[in-house]
Amino acid sequence: MSAAMDTESTYSGYSHYSGHSKKAHRQGRDRHKSPRSKDGSRSEKSVTIQTPPAEPLLGNDASRAEEGQDDNWGETTTAITGTSEHSISQEDIARISKDLEDSVGLDCKRYLGLTVAAVLGLLVFLTPIAFILLPQILWRDDLEPCGTVCEGLFISVAFKLLILLIGTWALFFRQPKADLPRVFVFRALLLVLIFLFVFSYWLFYGVRILDSKDTNYQGIVQYAVSLVDALLFIHYLAIVLLELRQLQPMFTVKVVRSTDGESRYYSLGHLSIQRAALVVLENYYRDFTVYNPALLTASKSRAAKHMAGLKVYNVDGPGNNASGQSRAMIAAAARRRDSSHNELYYEEADHERRVKKRRARLVVAVEEAFTHIKRLQAEEQQKAPGEMMDPREAAQAIFPSMARALQKYLRTTRQQQYHSMESILQHLSFCITNNMTPKAFLERYLNPGPTLQYDRDRWFSKQWTLVSEEAVTSRLQDGIVFVLKCLDFSLVVNVKKIPFIKLSEEFIDPKSHKFVLRLQSETSV
Amino acid sequence: SSQYFLSFSTQQRIEIHKLRQGDNLILGFSIGGGIDQDPTQNPFSEDKTDKGIYVTRVTEGGPAEVAGLQIGDKIMQVNGWDMTMVTHDQARKRLTKRNEEVVRLLVTRQSLQKAVQQSMMS
Repeated sequence: MSAAMDTESTYSGYSHYSGHSKKAHRQGRDRHKSPRSKDGSRSEKSVTIQTPPAEPLLGNDASRAEEGQDDNWGETTTAITGTSEHSISQEDIARISKDLEDSVGLDCKRYLGLTVAAVLGLLVFLTPIAFILLPQILWRDDLEPCGTVCEGLFISVAFKLLILLIGTWALFFRQPKADLPRVFVFRALLLVLIFLFVFSYWLFYGVRILDSKDTNYQGIVQYAVSLVDALLFIHYLAIVLLELRQLQPMFTVKVVRSTDGESRYYSLGHLSIQRAALVVLENYYRDFTVYNPALLTASKSRAAKHMAGLKVYNVDGPGNNASGQSRAMIAAAARRRDSSHNELYYEEADHERRVKKRRARLVVAVEEAFTHIKRLQAEEQQKAPGEMMDPREAAQAIFPSMARALQKYLRTTRQQQYHSMESILQHLSFCITNNMTPKAFLERYLNPGPTLQYDRDRWFSKQWTLVSEEAVTSRLQDGIVFVLKCLDFSLVVNVKKIPFIKLSEEFIDPKSHKFVLRLQSETSV
Repeated sequence: SSQYFLSFSTQQRIEIHKLRQGDNLILGFSIGGGIDQDPTQNPFSEDKTDKGIYVTRVTEGGPAEVAGLQIGDKIMQVNGWDMTMVTHDQARKRLTKRNEEVVRLLVTRQSLQKAVQQSMMS
């Protein structure tokens, strides 16, 4: 009878003890193993575990498919059926293909733009030098001798070119930090301006000086100096257009994440929509907490329950009145007295209580673990050569005592996907090296941090699409709304103009601060 | 039928005979208010900018109570002297003149009277 009633699921063929699992962990796991197996044999429905998975969460080594079962490094008991290990979801396929095709196409565009600009820059830089050298090369003998004045002009040309070189290097030779969908209008404008400018100078030079073989060398050098001056002014224009104009804040944008409503406000100056989107995204990685799909399951299940509650039957015949049906459903749902708000309240209160409890246990465990480590001073290092450990070994030594509490806490707050054991060990040795307290070590785990803090694989947000009703190179204006979409969620950006502030002054004489005592006395007569 | 309250003020003339207690003549009430005081702290005035003299307490069985003075009354005149624009100390002095045995006060009193409106349907 018992054999028929027992439901046993055996778990086989999935252990891979990786080569670098430390002895300490094995000990830790063995400690935990025995009570569990006792439990297993006692119950009617028993689960037999053959071998515990060793470090299934290997950070870089883990394939995408194993992400669902990666939080077992503190415990040993899991029952895994055979089918779920190797499934890849549709989203993963879409993500992989998108990564592949996008990385090839955009690079060409970027490099083309860069090479054009570089060639133009080189040409422009060499032009004044060419203006000065060509007469010397071509008709040296006919040139009027030009003494100190020319030499002075040579020096000034040299230094101005040097300043122009340094300025161009500082302003333009920076790592491109983003790929924008449309061309950057101001940059293109400047390139065209420079091209036209230098072209007209060459034209004039070619016609008036080369053809006629002008002998007034001082005039030629002064012409070259005027070109360099004008280039410096164009550089000034570039600074103003590209860097300075957007510094003064004119707009306040509100950025809201579509999945959980987290919102931030930023101040922006005069920018085009695509540049504003760039600023928003740069700040997104720093300010918004990381997108965690595991936190959304509760509201999704509630939504599913609302939808599943009612069924509509059409009694009057085959006439398909779809809008009437949906209206009837909504009205019926509104009238129905359900207690889902009650459920939500108690569930949230319960969850908070559980989180607080686990957090307390975690803090105590970590504090206790940290007391076992002591830093050796320099003199002591020579005296006690026996037991010295480097930070990594020290971290591995104290890790097992806090591992279980930490894993339970991460599971309760649904963060277990974001922290692999390797990353925790690294963080622990980092904290030990820098003399951090247990609280400083825990800061990373107690609250979800910004996206930048986590591994790139966990970001869910690397490829962005700008969705906008206006052209993306048009200026920001009050009331514009655009959306930055990535695969899993989107950021809705709402632009508002900072109001025009009328400030007036009022002078208060410091001697005018006078006070009087206000009483209400009562006298008996 | 519904009830309404009417608030209106009446003027009363009150004659108080002072009581001799040892060396002093007492009237048996306390005053508050005055042009040098803070009118917003006066609990008895309707208009919180009113800086007049108000009766804040009436001792039980004292000459003021016997004469019919009530708490919350505003004293307008004492023996013909105006009390609406006096300081607190001036008011005290006018009430406690040593050679006067009788003071005649003119007071204003707020009353509430219940007016019952008979319903039209019987």
